Amino acid sequence: MSDDVVAVETAEADIPDPVVGVLAARLGEALGDGILAWEDSFGTLVIRVKPDSWAPAAEFAKGELECDYLSFISGIDWQPVTRPDGQEGSDLSAPVQPTEMTFGVTGSAGRFQVFGHVQSTSRHWGVTIKSDVDETDPRIASWVAIYPGADWHERECWEMYGIVFDGHPSLRNLYLPGGFEGHPLRKDFPLLAREVKPWPGLVDVEPMPGVVDAEGGE
Amino acid sequence: MTTTQPPSQLPGFEVEPGSLNPLADARLAVELDTGDMILNMGPQHPATHGTLRLVVRLDGERVIAADPVIGYMHRGYEKLTEFRTYPQITTLINRIDWLSSFANEVPFIHAAEQLMGIEAPQRAQHIRTLLTELSRIATIYLFLGEMGLQVGALTPAFWGFRDREHVLNLIEGATGGRFHPNFNRIGGVKDDLPWGWIVECRAAMKRILDGCDDFEDVLVGNEIFQARTRGVGIIPAELGAAYGVSGANLRASGVDWDLRRDGKPYLSYNELDFKVWTHQDGDSFARYWVRLQETRESVRMVLQLLDGLASGPVMAKVPRIIKVPAGEVWVETENPLGQMGYYVVSKGAIGPFRVKIRSASFSNVSILPWLLRGLYVPDVVTVLGSLYFILGDIDR
Repeated sequence: MSDDVVAVETAEADIPDPVVGVLAARLGEALGDGILAWEDSFGTLVIRVKPDSWAPAAEFAKGELECDYLSFISGIDWQPVTRPDGQEGSDLSAPVQPTEMTFGVTGSAGRFQVFGHVQSTSRHWGVTIKSDVDETDPRIASWVAIYPGADWHERECWEMYGIVFDGHPSLRNLYLPGGFEGHPLRKDFPLLAREVKPWPGLVDVEPMPGVVDAEGGE
Repeated sequence: MTTTQPPSQLPGFEVEPGSLNPLADARLAVELDTGDMILNMGPQHPATHGTLRLVVRLDGERVIAADPVIGYMHRGYEKLTEFRTYPQITTLINRIDWLSSFANEVPFIHAAEQLMGIEAPQRAQHIRTLLTELSRIATIYLFLGEMGLQVGALTPAFWGFRDREHVLNLIEGATGGRFHPNFNRIGGVKDDLPWGWIVECRAAMKRILDGCDDFEDVLVGNEIFQARTRGVGIIPAELGAAYGVSGANLRASGVDWDLRRDGKPYLSYNELDFKVWTHQDGDSFARYWVRLQETRESVRMVLQLLDGLASGPVMAKVPRIIKVPAGEVWVETENPLGQMGYYVVSKGAIGPFRVKIRSASFSNVSILPWLLRGLYVPDVVTVLGSLYFILGDIDR
């Protein structure tokens, strides 16, 4: 059974999109060594900044890069899902049950990251800004003063990941009831339905008996 | 009253922008004995299209602070996606914006396809575009009727439900599901269009165009409707964008921005001839007017697609077990309610590591605390109706 994935064409992906390159260069000029890494991810600039540069990056994007539109702000927890019983298939997101953290595009210094996407309604470009957040004391500057729409996004991120946004006017629960304990989108927060009964859908991917997949590359 | 400046700077609205905690404000009001009243709209108010609760602080008939309380329908899709495989997730995301489920599937499938380096065949892209536009018509057509209901006109609401059914029948005929088609596959669509569907589709589009004319006659040209909606709930363009208001709501504020034309090319929109309508006023009337024109534009697109439907297969070659290579991709599309996007983080397995779902209504509604301040209570209903949100799209 060769369930190899179709390889992505990398010949063109290696050359950054010209717009992405220009945006990265301008952000680099403005923030200097506040930028840790940047990458062209499928035509979108993903830039990772130091926590100190999280708010200045948004300010620059809004003021100079004309990114007047806030798409979203959210967080990410890079810790792999670990199940106490080590049951196979408990983490569908990794080919083998991972033991340590691996990071995505532009890397990360630790477990938590915040990322936000802003874009321009007039120039039609966008930037995804990422920043590392300390694991023991997760806090980062708020974007509310720059983008008022950051209000709800940061409240959501705060309750889902426990990341505190300094300068946010009222960090209170958005979705969850007031006395809720824990941060549901953290990877160590269990999904109880899966604890009780492992995901049954995995059997679906077994080939049907007697069926030859003519074009599936099996 | 000009609304280009924040209401907090207008006389009589000395409310701290941060002090939106209704309980704290209520205590303040008791101490000062100013006689403010807290009105609790929802979570079962008819104007909220679901379980949105709106805590409104009133001074007489006038709103001085509004605080939307959401989360009654939060289903935790971002968590659930981490426990499912890619093909299973389309079933979930059908339920985000349940009026235009097909349009929800498209960006997610597109994200997986981009990561895998697969491109759906042209006929599949055409069918996807067709069904996306049909679900746009179904969604917005209901709005065109219901908006009449918000201002007290009952008849258009029935028209909206009646004629939308023709479109839903088309979607059901092609996909098997009226509301939740789950028709997209990574690499194409599940089936080809059924026999006779194209003829049916043309007939239904004729009905929709006629219906749009009816709405124009009965509502847009109606003096009472104009009196209730013109100048009510004006969203300034820059503030709307900074709040993340998108779609027709932003275009009604004069922002000429439509991801079908301006975003990264997706589906078959670059093959189609269509106009992006904007309105300069930014009020409830402008939002209605822009959506009305967009429905007609969608019908035009559907007819163009029916004329030039490509032949060929509807599925690309994909492995039986969908494994998505490691990477991160952000895919955004112009959905009926606004910008819908998925930020997919994959680690090279059968399920995603993290999916950030950016839904349109969430950001569209987040402007309400600003927008409702200074309005009268009946206008709150008009503004809620004209923003047009789906609760599943807010809570996810």
